[in-house]
Amino acid sequence: MIELENATDTVRLEDVSKVYTIGKGKLTVLNHVNINIKKGEMVAIMGPSGSGKTTTLNLIGCLDRPTSGKYFLDGREVSSLNSNELALVRGQKIGFIFQTFNLLSRLSALANVELGMTYAGGVDRKRAVEALARVGLAQRMKHRPIELSGGEQQRVAIARAMAKNPSLFLCDEPTGQLDSHSGHEVMVILTSLHAERGITVVVVTHDETIARHCQRIIHFRDGQVVREETGAAHRQHPPDFENGQDVSEEKV
Amino acid sequence: MKKSFGMLSTVWMGIATHKFRSFLTVLGIVIGVGAVITLMSIGRGAQAQILSNIQNLGSNLITIRPGSANVGGVRDAAGSGRTLTLEDATAISEEIQYVTAVAPSYSASFQLVVGAENMRSQVNGTTPGYQTTGNLKIAEGAFFSDSDYQSNAKVAVIGSNVKDTLFPDTDALGQQIRIGNHIAQVVAVLQSRGTSITSSADDIVLVPMTALRQMSAQSRTTRGDHIVSSIALTINDEEQTASVKEAITSLLRSRHQLASTASNDFQIISVQELADTVSQTIGTMTLLLGAIAAISLLVGGIGVMNIMLVSVLERTREIGIRKALGARERDIWGQFLIEAALLTSAGGIIGVILGWGIAIFVNRFGTLKTLVSPDIVILAVSVSAGIGLFFGFYPAWNASRLDPIVALRSE
Repeated sequence: MIELENATDTVRLEDVSKVYTIGKGKLTVLNHVNINIKKGEMVAIMGPSGSGKTTTLNLIGCLDRPTSGKYFLDGREVSSLNSNELALVRGQKIGFIFQTFNLLSRLSALANVELGMTYAGGVDRKRAVEALARVGLAQRMKHRPIELSGGEQQRVAIARAMAKNPSLFLCDEPTGQLDSHSGHEVMVILTSLHAERGITVVVVTHDETIARHCQRIIHFRDGQVVREETGAAHRQHPPDFENGQDVSEEKV
Repeated sequence: MKKSFGMLSTVWMGIATHKFRSFLTVLGIVIGVGAVITLMSIGRGAQAQILSNIQNLGSNLITIRPGSANVGGVRDAAGSGRTLTLEDATAISEEIQYVTAVAPSYSASFQLVVGAENMRSQVNGTTPGYQTTGNLKIAEGAFFSDSDYQSNAKVAVIGSNVKDTLFPDTDALGQQIRIGNHIAQVVAVLQSRGTSITSSADDIVLVPMTALRQMSAQSRTTRGDHIVSSIALTINDEEQTASVKEAITSLLRSRHQLASTASNDFQIISVQELADTVSQTIGTMTLLLGAIAAISLLVGGIGVMNIMLVSVLERTREIGIRKALGARERDIWGQFLIEAALLTSAGGIIGVILGWGIAIFVNRFGTLKTLVSPDIVILAVSVSAGIGLFFGFYPAWNASRLDPIVALRSE
């Protein structure tokens, strides 16, 4: 029964806490958090600095383990795995998109995408090229990150995450270092990928205009989920970005 | 397969993007391995050369010399005693097994004169067996025979230097040499030995002992035996060297009527043992040279560790990224370990080429002989790769243990 229930959720955090021991004191970063994210959902996590949203993302991304509570990813409990097993889960299921892009500067865009596949079952040149073409960088595959704009770099990172067919995209302030135009482009790509392929997407942001692209917004404060709301994107089709204007922004 | 290739290309990227640093790392190993190969090959070369000189004497040769004379409690130099006799030599050749030739000899110094040429030389009176024991090669003529010996024939076998000095332009064979007040006929000229540790070998003049007796009186013992200064003998089985020495010792002790508490009044030296001793000594010296060179290899290894630590530190963020992308700990340490091993192996191979080149150069243009043996090459390369693994392990392990969250946050 429970297994079946879990199977419908990509992410299921059950009563998860994260406590850091600093010297003799204890710092509770997450305090009994419960989050369910359905397969194919696009969710934003918002909250002020120190509210625990990045910690939550690290937990969901299998970069960290909860102090207590359970975490099911695609129905499998991963909170008790060792670091090597977690690495395998990261490689196969998770696509990270970071605020600072985190591309290897000495590798070409294509090599960066292929690097993502190295730890996820093997390099497939054709799929890497397709992924770069999908984010509009077919002509820039041989360029190094330094030769690309910030928006282009973030699109390489998206291609890197996409190429290994993860079940979950985790985006940590994906537009945080981009100008509004590039940031907008990145969000367009993310939302359309989500719509096309049914990829589950979690976006951590403090920018409400970004969060509004998502179907659901989870608000954090002091290590707890304080509020959930339905985002503007909770519709059958993604927002209309054709004329470069953020429709959701106008609705605020 | 695909994965290991991916790992290799990853490693290659790491090396290629830090060319100068990689070069410095490799250089330390190159110098270490090159030094080991060069010094070891010089040592091995010297060992081989000295051994071949000794083997030239004949490895089956055993020499017996009298002990030191002890007159009134004053011990003279070894070999100064007057205890060995011609009769001892005869007894040895009759009673000891494995012996193929025995040559007792004593010598006297004479002025040699041929026409206008003359020189001073030791003249050695011996038996025909000397040709075998001395491992002598005849250039022309024939060594004096048993019948020459029996008939006290005044015939001489001369070394190549003697021939060159006394007969610079003419054929020596059949010519006469004045030895002191006596005339001897040259029956054979020996081949040159070349330079060797027994460099006087080419200055030799050999006559039958019976003939020398007439030129220079041979001392006798109180029993009337003919005293000789040495007895050389060869055996047909080098394995038996020790047992032959033992048999000769007991034979001579009983012939010399030594009390069981008295020490030997002779000493027996075998070329086999001499070669073993010298070979061991030089082997030790070579090892010492190698050990000194190995220290530079060790220093090179520490250099590798230093640079790998820097490399890990500098690539902390990269490690974080790789971990986020799913790299396991062994992927990370594998990457750094392979990088270290690859650098040091490359250093090892270049070092071998360099060391080998220097060895060949020294061999051709220097005074030292060198000998590069495959075991040293294999040892040096595998040690250098091992150093890469050993000194690369700590940095690689450090890298693999990094927390991805912390690593990603680093600049």
